[in-house]
Amino acid sequence: MFTPNGAPSRQRDGQAHRAFATSAPRPLMATAGFTETQLTVRDAVKQVCSGFPSTYWREHDQQAQDPTEFHAALAKDGWLGIALPEELGGAGLGISEATIMMQTITESGAGMAGAQSIHANVYATQPLARFGTRTQLERTIPNIISGKWRVCFGVTEPDAGLDTLRLSTTATRQPDGSYRVTGKKIWITCAQVASKMILLARTTPREEAQKPSSEGLSLFCIDLDRSHPGLEMRRIAKMGGRAVDANEVFFDDYPVPADALVGAEGQGFKVILHGMNAERCLLAGEALGLGYAALGRAATYARERTVFQRPIGMNQGIAHPLADAYMRLEAAKHATYHAARLYDASKMDRTIRMDEVGVACNSAKYLAAEAAFTACERAVLTHGGMGYAVEFDVERWFRECLVPRIAPVSREMILNYISEKVLELPRSY
Amino acid sequence: MSALRILVPVKRVIDYAVKPRVNKAQTGVETAGVKHSMNPFDELSVEESVRIREKKSAPGGVEDICVISAGPTKAQDVLRTAMAMGADRAIHVETKPDDDLEPLTVAKLLKAAAEQQKSNLVILGKQSIDDDANQTGQMLAGLLGWPQATQASKVEFGEGDVVSVTREVDGGVETVRAKLPMIITTDLRLNEPRYASLPNIMKAKKKPLEKKTLADFGITGEKRLKVLKVTEPPPRQGGGKVEDVDGLISKLKELGAI
Repeated sequence: MFTPNGAPSRQRDGQAHRAFATSAPRPLMATAGFTETQLTVRDAVKQVCSGFPSTYWREHDQQAQDPTEFHAALAKDGWLGIALPEELGGAGLGISEATIMMQTITESGAGMAGAQSIHANVYATQPLARFGTRTQLERTIPNIISGKWRVCFGVTEPDAGLDTLRLSTTATRQPDGSYRVTGKKIWITCAQVASKMILLARTTPREEAQKPSSEGLSLFCIDLDRSHPGLEMRRIAKMGGRAVDANEVFFDDYPVPADALVGAEGQGFKVILHGMNAERCLLAGEALGLGYAALGRAATYARERTVFQRPIGMNQGIAHPLADAYMRLEAAKHATYHAARLYDASKMDRTIRMDEVGVACNSAKYLAAEAAFTACERAVLTHGGMGYAVEFDVERWFRECLVPRIAPVSREMILNYISEKVLELPRSY
Repeated sequence: MSALRILVPVKRVIDYAVKPRVNKAQTGVETAGVKHSMNPFDELSVEESVRIREKKSAPGGVEDICVISAGPTKAQDVLRTAMAMGADRAIHVETKPDDDLEPLTVAKLLKAAAEQQKSNLVILGKQSIDDDANQTGQMLAGLLGWPQATQASKVEFGEGDVVSVTREVDGGVETVRAKLPMIITTDLRLNEPRYASLPNIMKAKKKPLEKKTLADFGITGEKRLKVLKVTEPPPRQGGGKVEDVDGLISKLKELGAI
């Protein structure tokens, strides 16, 4: 049926190699219910990822080396524009499609490192595309889609984590209309390699803002000129996803031109709120991919590893935790794509309430992150000692699966949100 | 030189990376829920057609690249993929799910299609990886009375409708020359097929896909062959290890091989 020369090889980025008759006839994740477009995206992205095997990610993780080639490969084929408008060179698809793209990336073995190398380009550009002026968009978006510029997202601060409204990085307006930025940001992914930052900064002091809860913050799309005085960054050593840099970024009187402002001054928080639910969906997808990848490896290992003259998967002590992890992933998958569908539908259908979308997206992120953690932990344990070895990849995914549990919002804050918004319980903070 | 009107037949097959399983009734392999994709050799044909256009290697240019597939509704997936790679339009000849077409039937269908579409070049995969027949291209050349160059590793165009094709044969390469209209079948080293980019996937959704039936081409799917039984290959026996050359020789002698 298959000849040794049965299929042509595609050399991409020097990594590609086609193996024969290796994959199971059916994928682990059930795909019923996905749209044709989603499945097309999944197949096509999988092809791009196939040029970047586990060895690539293992090495880049060990050496803390940016997966530049991976970002370039996705950019080359237009994937960074998946959810950006067609008139700017994007594909005009929704978050449902972007989510399955992110899932496919982590699931390929690239893990959170692969996802994070492009995450902000897909998500932080959403408020820009929606609220930016024509000139801003024409100048930036095509360069981001083509991969010429990479983007990072600058919101979190050391003294204002989840309490975003308390952030203190200040953009002070100058007589000529330009701004000067002073303050510090933390956990800024890809700042070392990005040319642009979508920055949230205070333009009105908290005491003076009309409504401190939402006004006084503004959004900027700024150049990251690392050679310019007043901009410094320091890489944070971290547990997982080491290929991708995360940083503290320090601004000291850093100049920003007037036309870097996105949307109206003082409306920055409203502008980014727009993208937060989308980001929850993407993160949920990334977590799912990680979980399915780990579970797939665990099941294969349990089938093949023989101890006491029989495969370890024959032991229910091994099999049942994996079966349980599978069901958790499938359930989280339904929650995730339900949320993404609702998010996309809410753009057209005004009867869908924003808090309804928020509840769905937060629930999805919570469930997917927990399911991924369960799957990754059990994958390591199934491998026994080998699960602790870098060569088997599951330890890398296990380290990475903490990210969707923590970011972009903690489990506890999601529980607070559901308690308050759905159960109408009094707020504790 | 005449402008090229290329017809590219493509087939939806079980993905090359999937390990197929024989069904319980031993009448074929299990296909339900199994990942399918375009026959890899057909990807080479699509890629080559698109490259002929992009590289302007044919003096008369490329007027049309039409992909055609006979199969169930799902065959449209591979037609869309081909259009995302750069084909202009597609024809889907819908068959019933269990209708397995034999190479001769396919060749007859393609003859009718080539005539209808006024094609002057048909580029086919040398074989499909599901039944490995390696017959359709040759039969089509016979039916049309066109010259054929099989297992192409290089295709070049000259003046006056002349096409030179390099083929890999045992012990070297062979270069043949023929005039349009002609048949070319593709082999592995012809090119490296591209991945469809996202913008092209989106564009492919809007390209025309014509739906037809076998009857539209005056074809009946009559069968000349009956599959009696399909079985898995016997599991391979593990080999033995020998210490050195002397050990190898004595082992071979022991087995009566030398």
